[in-house]
Amino acid sequence: MSGHATYQPQNGFMKWLERRLPIGGLVYSSFIAYPTPRNLNYWWTFGGILTFMLGVQIVTGIVLAMHYTPHVDYAFNSVEGIMRDVPFGWLLRYVHANGAAFFFAAVYMHMARGMYYGSYKEPREVLWILGVILFLLMVATGFMGYVLPWGQMSFWAATVITNLFSAIPLVGDPIVSWLWGGFAVGDPTLNRFFSLHYLLPFVIAGVVVLHIWALHVVGQNNPTGVDAKDEKDTVAFTPYATVKDAFFVSLFCIVYAWFVFFIPNYLGHSDNYIMANPGQTPNHIVPEWYYLPFYAILRAIPNKLAGVCALGGAIVVLAFLPWLDTSRVRSANYRPLYRQFLYIFFAAVVGLGYLGSQEPTGGYVIAARLLTIYYFGFFFVILPLLGLLETTKPLPNSISESILSKSAAASSPSGAKV
Amino acid sequence: MTAISSAEPTRRDFLYIATATVGAVGGAAALVPLIGQMNPDASTIAAGAPVDVDLAPIQAGQIIKVFWRSKPIFIFNRTPNDIKLAQDAEWQSFRDPQPDSARVKSGHDQWLVLIGICTHLGCIPLPHQGNYDGWFCPCHGSQYDSSGRIRQGPAPLNLPIPPYTFTSATKIRIGDSGTGEA
Repeated sequence: MSGHATYQPQNGFMKWLERRLPIGGLVYSSFIAYPTPRNLNYWWTFGGILTFMLGVQIVTGIVLAMHYTPHVDYAFNSVEGIMRDVPFGWLLRYVHANGAAFFFAAVYMHMARGMYYGSYKEPREVLWILGVILFLLMVATGFMGYVLPWGQMSFWAATVITNLFSAIPLVGDPIVSWLWGGFAVGDPTLNRFFSLHYLLPFVIAGVVVLHIWALHVVGQNNPTGVDAKDEKDTVAFTPYATVKDAFFVSLFCIVYAWFVFFIPNYLGHSDNYIMANPGQTPNHIVPEWYYLPFYAILRAIPNKLAGVCALGGAIVVLAFLPWLDTSRVRSANYRPLYRQFLYIFFAAVVGLGYLGSQEPTGGYVIAARLLTIYYFGFFFVILPLLGLLETTKPLPNSISESILSKSAAASSPSGAKV
Repeated sequence: MTAISSAEPTRRDFLYIATATVGAVGGAAALVPLIGQMNPDASTIAAGAPVDVDLAPIQAGQIIKVFWRSKPIFIFNRTPNDIKLAQDAEWQSFRDPQPDSARVKSGHDQWLVLIGICTHLGCIPLPHQGNYDGWFCPCHGSQYDSSGRIRQGPAPLNLPIPPYTFTSATKIRIGDSGTGEA
Protein backbone atom coordinates (compact mmCIF):
# COMPACT_ATOMS: atom_id res chain seq x y z
CA MET A 1 0.00 0.00 0.00
CA SER A 2 1.43 3.27 -1.20
CA GLY A 3 0.74 5.29 1.97
CA HIS A 4 3.39 3.31 3.80
CA ALA A 5 6.21 5.63 2.82
CA THR A 6 4.49 8.63 4.43
CA TYR A 7 4.13 6.98 7.85
CA GLN A 8 6.64 8.41 10.35
CA PRO A 9 6.70 6.52 13.66
CA GLN A 10 6.62 9.08 16.45
CA ASN A 11 8.11 7.24 19.41
CA GLY A 12 11.01 4.86 19.94
CA PHE A 13 8.92 1.74 20.44
CA MET A 14 6.93 2.27 17.24
CA LYS A 15 10.19 2.87 15.32
CA TRP A 16 11.59 -0.35 16.76
CA LEU A 17 8.38 -2.26 15.89
CA GLU A 18 8.04 -0.79 12.42
CA ARG A 19 11.39 -2.26 11.35
CA ARG A 20 10.23 -5.69 12.48
CA LEU A 21 6.46 -5.67 11.76
CA PRO A 22 5.25 -2.66 9.76
CA ILE A 23 1.75 -2.79 11.22
CA GLY A 24 1.75 0.92 12.10
CA GLY A 25 2.32 1.76 8.47
CA LEU A 26 -0.42 -0.62 7.35
CA VAL A 27 -2.96 0.91 9.72
CA TYR A 28 -1.84 4.41 8.75
CA SER A 29 -2.15 3.80 5.02
CA SER A 30 -5.41 1.81 5.27
CA PHE A 31 -7.41 3.70 7.88
CA ILE A 32 -5.85 7.13 8.34
CA ALA A 33 -4.30 8.51 5.18
CA TYR A 34 -6.42 6.33 2.88
CA PRO A 35 -8.09 8.65 0.34
CA THR A 36 -11.87 8.38 0.38
CA PRO A 37 -14.16 10.17 -2.12
CA ARG A 38 -15.30 13.46 -0.61
CA ASN A 39 -18.92 13.09 -1.75
CA LEU A 40 -19.79 9.86 0.13
CA ASN A 41 -23.23 10.00 1.75
CA TYR A 42 -24.54 8.15 4.77
CA TRP A 43 -25.31 5.06 2.70
CA TRP A 44 -21.56 4.47 2.75
CA THR A 45 -21.52 4.06 6.54
CA PHE A 46 -23.13 0.63 6.54
CA GLY A 47 -19.78 -1.08 5.94
CA GLY A 48 -18.60 0.34 9.24
CA ILE A 49 -21.89 -0.64 10.90
CA LEU A 50 -21.50 -4.22 9.62
CA THR A 51 -17.96 -4.46 10.99
CA PHE A 52 -19.24 -3.17 14.31
CA MET A 53 -22.13 -5.68 14.34
CA LEU A 54 -19.78 -8.57 13.56
CA GLY A 55 -17.76 -7.56 16.59
CA VAL A 56 -20.89 -7.34 18.77
CA GLN A 57 -22.06 -10.78 17.65
CA ILE A 58 -18.67 -12.42 18.24
CA VAL A 59 -18.23 -10.89 21.71
CA THR A 60 -21.79 -11.64 22.92
CA GLY A 61 -21.70 -15.07 21.25
CA ILE A 62 -18.49 -16.10 23.02
CA VAL A 63 -19.92 -15.22 26.43
CA LEU A 64 -23.28 -16.86 25.68
CA ALA A 65 -21.44 -20.07 24.75
CA MET A 66 -20.03 -20.11 28.30
CA HIS A 67 -23.56 -20.73 29.61
CA TYR A 68 -25.16 -22.72 26.80
CA THR A 69 -25.44 -26.54 26.59
CA PRO A 70 -25.76 -28.02 23.09
CA HIS A 71 -27.86 -31.07 23.98
CA VAL A 72 -31.50 -31.70 23.07
CA ASP A 73 -32.42 -32.25 26.73
CA TYR A 74 -30.62 -29.18 28.09
CA ALA A 75 -30.37 -26.60 25.30
CA PHE A 76 -33.80 -25.03 25.81
CA ASN A 77 -33.40 -24.93 29.59
CA SER A 78 -29.87 -23.55 29.39
CA VAL A 79 -31.17 -20.66 27.28
CA GLU A 80 -33.90 -20.06 29.86
CA GLY A 81 -31.14 -20.22 32.49
CA ILE A 82 -29.28 -17.51 30.58
CA MET A 83 -32.46 -15.41 30.63
CA ARG A 84 -33.23 -15.87 34.33
CA ASP A 85 -30.15 -16.95 36.29
CA VAL A 86 -26.98 -15.75 34.56
CA PRO A 87 -26.00 -12.21 35.62
CA PHE A 88 -26.85 -9.91 32.69
CA GLY A 89 -27.68 -13.06 30.69
CA TRP A 90 -30.99 -11.59 29.51
CA LEU A 91 -29.15 -8.55 28.19
CA LEU A 92 -26.45 -10.53 26.41
CA ARG A 93 -28.96 -12.85 24.77
CA TYR A 94 -31.23 -10.02 23.64
CA VAL A 95 -28.22 -8.11 22.29
CA HIS A 96 -27.16 -11.23 20.38
CA ALA A 97 -30.61 -12.20 19.07
CA ASN A 98 -31.58 -8.68 18.04
CA GLY A 99 -28.03 -8.18 16.84
CA ALA A 100 -28.62 -10.83 14.17
CA ALA A 101 -31.66 -8.91 12.95
CA PHE A 102 -29.80 -5.59 12.89
CA PHE A 103 -26.82 -7.24 11.22
CA PHE A 104 -29.13 -8.36 8.41
CA ALA A 105 -30.90 -4.99 8.26
CA ALA A 106 -27.51 -3.34 7.78
CA VAL A 107 -26.35 -5.84 5.16
CA TYR A 108 -29.53 -5.30 3.13
CA MET A 109 -28.96 -1.52 3.23
CA HIS A 110 -25.33 -2.11 2.22
CA MET A 111 -26.39 -4.33 -0.71
CA ALA A 112 -29.13 -1.90 -1.79
CA ARG A 113 -26.57 0.91 -1.84
CA GLY A 114 -24.28 -1.24 -3.98
CA MET A 115 -27.08 -1.89 -6.43
CA TYR A 116 -28.23 1.73 -6.58
CA TYR A 117 -24.78 3.21 -7.17
CA GLY A 118 -23.50 0.33 -9.34
CA SER A 119 -20.72 -0.52 -6.90
CA TYR A 120 -20.44 -4.02 -8.41
CA LYS A 121 -19.23 -2.79 -11.80
CA GLU A 122 -15.76 -3.02 -13.24
CA PRO A 123 -13.27 -3.01 -11.49
CA ARG A 124 -15.19 -4.00 -8.32
CA GLU A 125 -16.51 -7.42 -9.41
CA VAL A 126 -14.34 -9.42 -6.99
CA LEU A 127 -15.17 -7.02 -4.17
CA TRP A 128 -18.88 -7.57 -4.90
CA ILE A 129 -18.57 -11.38 -5.16
CA LEU A 130 -16.75 -11.47 -1.82
CA GLY A 131 -19.76 -9.55 -0.49
CA VAL A 132 -22.16 -12.17 -1.86
CA ILE A 133 -20.04 -14.87 -0.18
CA LEU A 134 -20.21 -12.91 3.07
CA PHE A 135 -24.00 -12.72 2.73
CA LEU A 136 -24.23 -16.50 2.17
CA LEU A 137 -22.03 -17.09 5.23
CA MET A 138 -24.27 -14.76 7.26
CA VAL A 139 -27.37 -16.67 6.12
CA ALA A 140 -25.81 -20.00 7.17
CA THR A 141 -24.58 -18.62 10.49
CA GLY A 142 -27.89 -16.96 11.31
CA PHE A 143 -29.83 -20.10 10.47
CA MET A 144 -27.68 -22.35 12.65
CA GLY A 145 -27.78 -19.85 15.50
CA TYR A 146 -31.56 -19.81 15.35
CA VAL A 147 -31.61 -23.61 15.86
CA LEU A 148 -29.57 -23.47 19.08
CA PRO A 149 -32.33 -22.40 21.56
CA TRP A 150 -34.11 -25.62 20.54
CA GLY A 151 -37.59 -24.17 20.58
CA GLN A 152 -40.36 -25.24 18.23
CA MET A 153 -39.35 -22.77 15.51
CA SER A 154 -35.70 -23.79 15.92
CA PHE A 155 -36.49 -27.45 15.40
CA TRP A 156 -38.84 -27.00 12.47
CA ALA A 157 -36.63 -24.44 10.78
CA ALA A 158 -33.81 -26.99 10.98
CA THR A 159 -36.09 -29.68 9.56
CA VAL A 160 -37.37 -27.59 6.66
CA ILE A 161 -33.99 -26.13 5.69
CA THR A 162 -32.06 -29.41 5.87
CA ASN A 163 -34.82 -31.04 3.83
CA LEU A 164 -34.09 -28.56 1.04
CA PHE A 165 -31.15 -30.84 0.22
CA SER A 166 -33.47 -33.83 -0.22
CA ALA A 167 -34.57 -32.21 -3.48
CA ILE A 168 -31.21 -33.14 -5.04
CA PRO A 169 -31.79 -36.15 -7.31
CA LEU A 170 -30.29 -39.53 -6.26
CA VAL A 171 -27.96 -38.36 -3.48
CA GLY A 172 -30.49 -36.09 -1.72
CA ASP A 173 -31.56 -38.48 1.04
CA PRO A 174 -28.06 -39.71 1.98
CA ILE A 175 -26.91 -36.07 2.12
CA VAL A 176 -29.78 -35.12 4.46
CA SER A 177 -29.05 -38.10 6.74
CA TRP A 178 -25.39 -37.06 6.76
CA LEU A 179 -26.33 -33.49 7.67
CA TRP A 180 -28.53 -34.74 10.52
CA GLY A 181 -26.24 -37.48 11.80
CA GLY A 182 -29.38 -39.55 12.29
CA PHE A 183 -32.79 -40.40 10.88
CA ALA A 184 -34.18 -36.98 11.76
CA VAL A 185 -33.03 -33.66 13.23
CA GLY A 186 -31.76 -34.55 16.69
CA ASP A 187 -28.91 -34.31 19.17
CA PRO A 188 -26.09 -34.85 16.65
CA THR A 189 -27.61 -32.10 14.48
CA LEU A 190 -27.74 -29.65 17.38
CA ASN A 191 -24.13 -30.40 18.33
CA ARG A 192 -22.71 -29.85 14.88
CA PHE A 193 -24.77 -26.70 14.36
CA PHE A 194 -23.32 -25.30 17.59
CA SER A 195 -19.81 -26.16 16.44
CA LEU A 196 -20.33 -24.52 13.06
CA HIS A 197 -22.20 -21.52 14.47
CA TYR A 198 -19.13 -20.84 16.61
CA LEU A 199 -16.76 -21.30 13.66
CA LEU A 200 -18.46 -19.37 10.86
CA PRO A 201 -18.24 -15.85 12.35
CA PHE A 202 -14.45 -16.19 12.26
CA VAL A 203 -14.66 -17.34 8.64
CA ILE A 204 -16.78 -14.24 8.03
CA ALA A 205 -14.12 -12.11 9.72
CA GLY A 206 -11.52 -13.64 7.41
CA VAL A 207 -13.56 -12.91 4.29
CA VAL A 208 -14.20 -9.37 5.61
CA VAL A 209 -10.42 -8.87 5.55
CA LEU A 210 -10.39 -9.95 1.88
CA HIS A 211 -13.41 -7.71 1.20
CA ILE A 212 -11.66 -4.67 2.70
CA TRP A 213 -8.41 -5.59 0.97
CA ALA A 214 -10.19 -5.73 -2.40
CA LEU A 215 -11.91 -2.43 -1.56
CA HIS A 216 -8.58 -0.77 -0.86
CA VAL A 217 -7.10 -2.04 -4.11
CA VAL A 218 -9.87 -0.69 -6.37
CA GLY A 219 -10.97 2.23 -4.20
CA GLN A 220 -14.44 3.18 -3.03
CA ASN A 221 -17.25 3.92 -5.42
CA ASN A 222 -19.16 7.16 -4.78
CA PRO A 223 -22.62 8.63 -5.51
CA THR A 224 -21.59 9.91 -8.96
CA GLY A 225 -19.97 6.60 -9.94
CA VAL A 226 -17.14 8.65 -11.48
CA ASP A 227 -13.67 7.57 -10.40
CA ALA A 228 -11.70 9.87 -8.14
CA LYS A 229 -9.08 11.55 -10.34
CA ASP A 230 -6.95 13.74 -8.11
CA GLU A 231 -6.55 15.04 -4.57
CA LYS A 232 -9.43 17.49 -5.01
CA ASP A 233 -11.81 14.53 -5.24
CA THR A 234 -10.78 12.86 -2.00
CA VAL A 235 -10.36 13.46 1.70
CA ALA A 236 -8.38 11.46 4.26
CA PHE A 237 -10.17 8.47 5.81
CA THR A 238 -9.36 9.83 9.25
CA PRO A 239 -10.94 11.99 10.51
CA TYR A 240 -13.56 12.40 7.77
CA ALA A 241 -14.82 8.85 7.20
CA THR A 242 -14.05 7.55 10.68
CA VAL A 243 -16.04 10.28 12.38
CA LYS A 244 -18.91 9.99 9.91
CA ASP A 245 -19.02 6.19 10.39
CA ALA A 246 -18.82 6.51 14.16
CA PHE A 247 -21.62 9.09 14.19
CA PHE A 248 -23.93 6.89 12.15
CA VAL A 249 -23.03 3.77 14.15
CA SER A 250 -24.20 5.74 17.21
CA LEU A 251 -27.54 6.59 15.56
CA PHE A 252 -27.92 2.96 14.47
CA CYS A 253 -27.24 1.82 18.03
CA ILE A 254 -30.02 4.04 19.39
CA VAL A 255 -32.57 2.08 17.34
CA TYR A 256 -30.82 -1.20 18.15
CA ALA A 257 -30.83 -0.44 21.88
CA TRP A 258 -34.50 0.54 21.70
CA PHE A 259 -35.31 -2.94 20.40
CA VAL A 260 -33.02 -4.66 22.94
CA PHE A 261 -34.45 -2.83 25.96
CA PHE A 262 -38.08 -2.16 25.05
CA ILE A 263 -39.28 -4.68 22.46
CA PRO A 264 -36.69 -7.48 22.58
CA ASN A 265 -39.11 -10.14 21.31
CA TYR A 266 -40.81 -8.05 18.65
CA LEU A 267 -38.84 -9.67 15.81
CA GLY A 268 -39.06 -13.20 17.26
CA HIS A 269 -41.78 -15.83 17.33
CA SER A 270 -43.60 -16.83 20.50
CA ASP A 271 -43.53 -20.47 19.31
CA ASN A 272 -39.80 -20.51 19.95
CA TYR A 273 -40.49 -20.23 23.69
CA ILE A 274 -42.03 -23.71 23.45
CA MET A 275 -39.46 -26.51 23.72
CA ALA A 276 -38.86 -28.42 20.48
CA ASN A 277 -41.36 -31.23 19.91
CA PRO A 278 -40.47 -33.59 17.04
CA GLY A 279 -44.06 -34.85 16.99
CA GLN A 280 -45.84 -31.57 16.42
CA THR A 281 -45.26 -29.05 13.65
CA PRO A 282 -46.42 -25.53 14.59
CA ASN A 283 -49.50 -24.53 12.61
CA HIS A 284 -47.74 -21.71 10.86
CA ILE A 285 -43.99 -21.86 10.54
CA VAL A 286 -42.16 -18.83 9.26
CA PRO A 287 -38.45 -18.03 9.27
CA GLU A 288 -36.97 -14.90 10.78
CA TRP A 289 -37.95 -11.77 8.87
CA TYR A 290 -34.62 -11.45 7.10
CA TYR A 291 -35.17 -14.73 5.22
CA LEU A 292 -38.81 -14.10 4.29
CA PRO A 293 -38.30 -12.90 0.68
CA PHE A 294 -36.36 -16.06 -0.16
CA TYR A 295 -38.89 -18.22 1.69
CA ALA A 296 -41.68 -16.64 -0.37
CA ILE A 297 -39.79 -17.52 -3.58
CA LEU A 298 -39.45 -21.13 -2.38
CA ARG A 299 -43.17 -21.40 -1.70
CA ALA A 300 -44.21 -19.61 -4.88
CA ILE A 301 -43.01 -22.48 -7.07
CA PRO A 302 -45.23 -25.59 -7.11
CA ASN A 303 -42.34 -28.00 -7.80
CA LYS A 304 -39.96 -29.02 -5.03
CA LEU A 305 -36.68 -29.16 -6.95
CA ALA A 306 -37.49 -26.01 -8.93
CA GLY A 307 -38.48 -24.21 -5.74
CA VAL A 308 -35.21 -25.10 -4.02
CA CYS A 309 -33.23 -24.06 -7.12
CA ALA A 310 -35.08 -20.74 -7.23
CA LEU A 311 -34.36 -20.16 -3.54
CA GLY A 312 -30.63 -20.72 -4.07
CA GLY A 313 -30.65 -18.96 -7.43
CA ALA A 314 -32.19 -15.83 -5.91
CA ILE A 315 -28.98 -15.33 -3.90
CA VAL A 316 -26.44 -16.77 -6.35
CA VAL A 317 -27.72 -14.54 -9.18
CA LEU A 318 -26.32 -11.57 -7.23
CA ALA A 319 -22.80 -12.86 -7.88
CA PHE A 320 -23.42 -12.50 -11.62
CA LEU A 321 -24.79 -8.96 -11.33
CA PRO A 322 -21.58 -7.35 -12.67
CA TRP A 323 -22.11 -9.15 -15.98
CA LEU A 324 -25.91 -9.11 -16.15
CA ASP A 325 -25.91 -5.32 -15.93
CA THR A 326 -24.59 -4.27 -19.33
CA SER A 327 -24.62 -0.51 -18.73
CA ARG A 328 -21.28 1.24 -18.35
CA VAL A 329 -22.77 3.99 -16.20
CA ARG A 330 -22.54 3.07 -12.54
CA SER A 331 -24.76 5.37 -10.52
CA ALA A 332 -28.57 5.17 -10.79
CA ASN A 333 -28.54 8.97 -10.40
CA TYR A 334 -27.63 9.11 -14.11
CA ARG A 335 -29.82 6.17 -15.21
CA PRO A 336 -33.46 7.32 -15.09
CA LEU A 337 -34.99 4.05 -16.31
CA TYR A 338 -32.77 1.79 -14.22
CA ARG A 339 -33.69 3.84 -11.18
CA GLN A 340 -37.43 3.19 -11.75
CA PHE A 341 -36.95 -0.54 -12.26
CA LEU A 342 -34.64 -0.74 -9.25
CA TYR A 343 -37.21 0.93 -6.99
CA ILE A 344 -39.79 -1.59 -8.24
CA PHE A 345 -37.25 -4.36 -7.51
CA PHE A 346 -36.78 -3.13 -3.94
CA ALA A 347 -40.58 -2.95 -3.56
CA ALA A 348 -40.88 -6.50 -4.96
CA VAL A 349 -38.36 -7.80 -2.40
CA VAL A 350 -40.26 -6.11 0.44
CA GLY A 351 -43.52 -7.49 -1.01
CA LEU A 352 -42.06 -10.99 -1.14
CA GLY A 353 -41.03 -10.55 2.47
CA TYR A 354 -44.61 -9.73 3.42
CA LEU A 355 -45.99 -12.67 1.42
CA GLY A 356 -43.42 -14.99 3.00
CA SER A 357 -44.96 -14.23 6.40
CA GLN A 358 -48.50 -15.10 5.27
CA GLU A 359 -50.26 -18.45 4.87
CA PRO A 360 -49.44 -20.08 1.52
CA THR A 361 -52.94 -19.97 0.07
CA GLY A 362 -54.93 -18.44 -2.79
CA GLY A 363 -54.13 -14.87 -3.76
CA TYR A 364 -50.94 -14.82 -1.69
CA VAL A 365 -49.42 -17.58 -3.81
CA ILE A 366 -50.38 -15.81 -7.05
CA ALA A 367 -48.91 -12.52 -5.81
CA ALA A 368 -45.73 -14.32 -4.73
CA ARG A 369 -45.44 -15.86 -8.20
CA LEU A 370 -45.78 -12.49 -9.91
CA LEU A 371 -43.14 -10.93 -7.67
CA THR A 372 -40.83 -13.92 -8.15
CA ILE A 373 -41.13 -13.46 -11.91
CA TYR A 374 -40.21 -9.79 -11.49
CA TYR A 375 -37.28 -10.69 -9.20
CA PHE A 376 -35.68 -12.95 -11.80
CA GLY A 377 -36.91 -10.87 -14.74
CA PHE A 378 -35.08 -7.87 -13.29
CA PHE A 379 -31.77 -9.74 -13.42
CA PHE A 380 -32.16 -11.75 -16.61
CA VAL A 381 -34.26 -9.48 -18.85
CA ILE A 382 -34.41 -5.90 -17.61
CA LEU A 383 -30.76 -5.42 -16.65
CA PRO A 384 -29.18 -6.83 -19.84
CA LEU A 385 -31.61 -4.90 -22.07
CA LEU A 386 -31.47 -1.60 -20.17
CA GLY A 387 -27.75 -1.25 -20.76
CA LEU A 388 -28.43 -1.34 -24.51
CA LEU A 389 -31.63 0.72 -24.65
CA GLU A 390 -31.37 3.34 -21.92
CA THR A 391 -30.33 6.95 -22.58
CA THR A 392 -28.29 7.99 -19.57
CA LYS A 393 -27.82 11.49 -18.24
CA PRO A 394 -24.45 13.21 -18.79
CA LEU A 395 -21.89 12.34 -16.13
CA PRO A 396 -19.89 15.06 -14.34
CA ASN A 397 -16.23 15.23 -15.32
CA SER A 398 -15.12 14.68 -11.74
CA ILE A 399 -16.37 14.30 -8.20
CA SER A 400 -15.23 17.83 -7.29
CA GLU A 401 -17.01 19.27 -10.33
CA SER A 402 -20.30 17.61 -9.32
CA ILE A 403 -19.96 19.01 -5.79
CA LEU A 404 -19.06 22.53 -6.98
CA SER A 405 -21.97 22.68 -9.42
CA LYS A 406 -24.28 21.51 -6.67
CA SER A 407 -23.07 24.09 -4.17
CA ALA A 408 -23.30 26.82 -6.80
CA ALA A 409 -26.89 25.82 -7.48
CA ALA A 410 -27.82 25.48 -3.82
CA SER A 411 -29.13 28.61 -2.18
CA SER A 412 -28.94 27.16 1.32
CA PRO A 413 -25.62 27.30 3.20
CA SER A 414 -25.69 23.51 3.69
CA GLY A 415 -24.56 23.09 0.12
CA ALA A 416 -21.29 24.80 0.95
CA LYS A 417 -20.26 22.54 3.80
CA VAL A 418 -17.63 20.71 1.77
CA MET B 1 11.06 -26.59 -10.80
CA THR B 2 14.18 -26.59 -12.79
CA ALA B 3 14.28 -24.64 -16.00
CA ILE B 4 16.66 -27.14 -17.57
CA SER B 5 14.79 -29.66 -19.66
CA SER B 6 16.31 -33.07 -20.03
CA ALA B 7 15.03 -36.18 -21.70
CA GLU B 8 16.05 -38.33 -18.75
CA PRO B 9 13.82 -38.02 -15.66
CA THR B 10 15.94 -36.74 -12.83
CA ARG B 11 15.87 -37.67 -9.16
CA ARG B 12 14.28 -34.28 -8.54
CA ASP B 13 11.41 -35.12 -10.93
CA PHE B 14 10.86 -38.35 -9.08
CA LEU B 15 10.80 -36.62 -5.70
CA TYR B 16 8.41 -33.96 -6.98
CA ILE B 17 5.92 -36.46 -8.41
CA ALA B 18 6.19 -38.81 -5.44
CA THR B 19 5.64 -35.99 -2.94
CA ALA B 20 2.71 -34.57 -4.88
CA THR B 21 1.10 -38.03 -5.11
CA VAL B 22 1.53 -38.78 -1.42
CA GLY B 23 0.15 -35.34 -0.60
CA ALA B 24 -2.88 -35.72 -2.84
CA VAL B 25 -3.71 -39.27 -1.73
CA GLY B 26 -3.08 -38.42 1.92
CA GLY B 27 -5.22 -35.30 1.71
CA ALA B 28 -8.07 -37.20 0.08
CA ALA B 29 -7.77 -40.04 2.64
CA ALA B 30 -7.88 -37.53 5.50
CA LEU B 31 -11.24 -36.30 4.21
CA VAL B 32 -12.83 -39.73 4.64
CA PRO B 33 -12.98 -39.71 8.47
CA LEU B 34 -13.61 -35.96 8.59
CA ILE B 35 -16.69 -36.30 6.39
CA GLY B 36 -17.69 -39.79 7.53
CA GLN B 37 -17.92 -38.81 11.22
CA MET B 38 -21.06 -36.83 10.43
CA ASN B 39 -23.05 -39.92 9.39
CA PRO B 40 -25.43 -41.50 11.95
CA ASP B 41 -23.39 -43.10 14.74
CA ALA B 42 -23.73 -46.64 16.10
CA SER B 43 -26.02 -45.68 18.99
CA THR B 44 -28.36 -43.83 16.64
CA ILE B 45 -28.53 -46.80 14.28
CA ALA B 46 -29.04 -49.21 17.21
CA ALA B 47 -31.93 -47.07 18.48
CA GLY B 48 -33.55 -47.51 15.06
CA ALA B 49 -34.55 -51.13 15.74
CA PRO B 50 -38.08 -52.31 14.74
CA VAL B 51 -41.02 -51.39 17.00
CA ASP B 52 -44.20 -53.44 17.65
CA VAL B 53 -47.59 -51.71 17.63
CA ASP B 54 -50.87 -53.18 18.87
CA LEU B 55 -53.64 -52.05 16.52
CA ALA B 56 -56.56 -53.29 18.65
CA PRO B 57 -57.17 -50.05 20.61
CA ILE B 58 -57.34 -47.86 17.48
CA GLN B 59 -60.95 -46.88 16.75
CA ALA B 60 -62.42 -46.75 13.26
CA GLY B 61 -61.51 -43.41 11.71
CA GLN B 62 -58.75 -42.79 14.23
CA ILE B 63 -55.18 -41.87 13.26
CA ILE B 64 -52.46 -42.53 15.81
CA LYS B 65 -48.85 -41.45 15.72
CA VAL B 66 -45.95 -43.63 16.89
CA PHE B 67 -42.22 -43.04 16.52
CA TRP B 68 -39.74 -45.21 14.69
CA ARG B 69 -36.21 -43.96 13.99
CA SER B 70 -37.26 -40.52 15.30
CA LYS B 71 -39.80 -40.35 12.49
CA PRO B 72 -43.51 -40.05 13.19
CA ILE B 73 -45.47 -43.04 11.81
CA PHE B 74 -49.18 -42.52 11.12
CA ILE B 75 -51.44 -45.53 11.61
CA PHE B 76 -54.91 -44.89 10.18
CA ASN B 77 -57.80 -47.25 10.90
CA ARG B 78 -59.81 -46.34 7.80
CA THR B 79 -63.61 -46.41 7.71
CA PRO B 80 -65.34 -48.10 4.75
CA ASN B 81 -65.99 -44.61 3.35
CA ASP B 82 -62.28 -43.67 3.58
CA ILE B 83 -61.36 -46.90 1.79
CA LYS B 84 -63.97 -46.34 -0.93
CA LEU B 85 -62.75 -42.77 -1.57
CA ALA B 86 -59.15 -43.99 -1.74
CA GLN B 87 -59.95 -46.87 -4.10
CA ASP B 88 -62.32 -44.95 -6.40
CA ALA B 89 -59.99 -41.99 -6.98
CA GLU B 90 -58.67 -41.52 -10.54
CA TRP B 91 -55.13 -42.28 -9.42
CA GLN B 92 -53.65 -42.51 -12.94
CA SER B 93 -53.70 -38.73 -13.20
CA PHE B 94 -52.01 -38.10 -9.83
CA ARG B 95 -48.59 -36.53 -9.48
CA ASP B 96 -47.23 -39.75 -7.97
CA PRO B 97 -49.65 -42.31 -9.45
CA GLN B 98 -50.28 -45.30 -7.21
CA PRO B 99 -53.45 -47.35 -6.69
CA ASP B 100 -54.66 -47.71 -3.11
CA SER B 101 -53.90 -51.42 -3.31
CA ALA B 102 -50.18 -50.63 -3.62
CA ARG B 103 -50.28 -48.65 -0.37
CA VAL B 104 -51.74 -51.22 2.01
CA LYS B 105 -50.99 -54.87 2.76
CA SER B 106 -53.39 -57.11 0.84
CA GLY B 107 -56.22 -58.27 3.06
CA HIS B 108 -55.61 -55.33 5.40
CA ASP B 109 -57.33 -52.53 3.43
CA GLN B 110 -58.45 -51.01 6.71
CA TRP B 111 -54.92 -50.22 7.90
CA LEU B 112 -52.88 -47.45 6.33
CA VAL B 113 -49.34 -47.12 7.74
CA LEU B 114 -47.32 -44.09 6.63
CA ILE B 115 -44.18 -42.17 7.49
CA GLY B 116 -45.80 -38.92 8.65
CA ILE B 117 -43.27 -36.59 7.09
CA CYS B 118 -44.33 -34.30 4.29
CA THR B 119 -42.32 -35.16 1.19
CA HIS B 120 -41.87 -31.47 0.50
CA LEU B 121 -39.69 -30.23 3.33
CA GLY B 122 -40.26 -32.55 6.25
CA CYS B 123 -43.07 -31.03 8.32
CA ILE B 124 -45.67 -33.27 9.97
CA PRO B 125 -49.01 -33.01 8.15
CA LEU B 126 -52.15 -32.53 10.25
CA PRO B 127 -54.65 -35.45 10.23
CA HIS B 128 -58.27 -35.14 9.09
CA GLN B 129 -57.62 -31.85 7.33
CA GLY B 130 -57.54 -30.61 3.77
CA ASN B 131 -59.88 -31.34 0.90
CA TYR B 132 -59.16 -35.04 0.41
CA ASP B 133 -60.18 -36.76 3.64
CA GLY B 134 -56.52 -37.11 4.60
CA TRP B 135 -53.75 -34.77 5.70
CA PHE B 136 -52.85 -31.12 5.26
CA CYS B 137 -49.31 -29.86 5.72
CA PRO B 138 -49.32 -26.53 7.58
CA CYS B 139 -45.92 -25.47 6.31
CA HIS B 140 -46.45 -25.10 2.58
CA GLY B 141 -49.98 -26.30 1.98
CA SER B 142 -49.51 -29.82 0.58
CA GLN B 143 -52.64 -32.01 0.79
CA TYR B 144 -52.74 -35.81 1.00
CA ASP B 145 -55.77 -38.08 0.56
CA SER B 146 -57.03 -41.03 2.64
CA SER B 147 -54.39 -43.18 0.99
CA GLY B 148 -51.61 -40.69 1.83
CA ARG B 149 -51.21 -39.72 -1.81
CA ILE B 150 -50.18 -36.19 -2.77
CA ARG B 151 -53.17 -34.42 -4.33
CA GLN B 152 -52.39 -30.71 -4.11
CA GLY B 153 -49.50 -28.41 -3.16
CA PRO B 154 -45.73 -28.46 -3.65
CA ALA B 155 -44.84 -31.95 -2.31
CA PRO B 156 -43.51 -34.19 -5.11
CA LEU B 157 -44.35 -37.65 -3.71
CA ASN B 158 -46.92 -39.61 -1.76
CA LEU B 159 -46.31 -40.08 1.97
CA PRO B 160 -43.86 -43.01 2.05
CA ILE B 161 -44.78 -46.42 3.46
CA PRO B 162 -42.32 -47.68 6.08
CA PRO B 163 -41.24 -51.32 5.99
CA TYR B 164 -43.68 -53.19 8.23
CA THR B 165 -45.29 -56.58 8.57
CA PHE B 166 -48.38 -58.00 10.29
CA THR B 167 -47.18 -60.28 13.09
CA SER B 168 -50.81 -61.16 13.90
CA ALA B 169 -54.24 -59.90 12.80
CA THR B 170 -54.01 -56.89 15.12
CA LYS B 171 -50.27 -56.37 15.54
CA ILE B 172 -47.66 -54.90 13.25
CA ARG B 173 -43.90 -54.60 13.46
CA ILE B 174 -42.55 -51.38 11.94
CA GLY B 175 -39.02 -51.51 10.57
CA ASP B 176 -39.31 -55.16 9.57
CA SER B 177 -40.64 -55.89 6.10
CA GLY B 178 -41.05 -59.58 6.93
CA THR B 179 -38.41 -60.57 4.41
CA GLY B 180 -35.60 -60.47 6.93
CA GLU B 181 -34.55 -57.04 5.70
CA ALA B 182 -34.78 -54.35 8.35
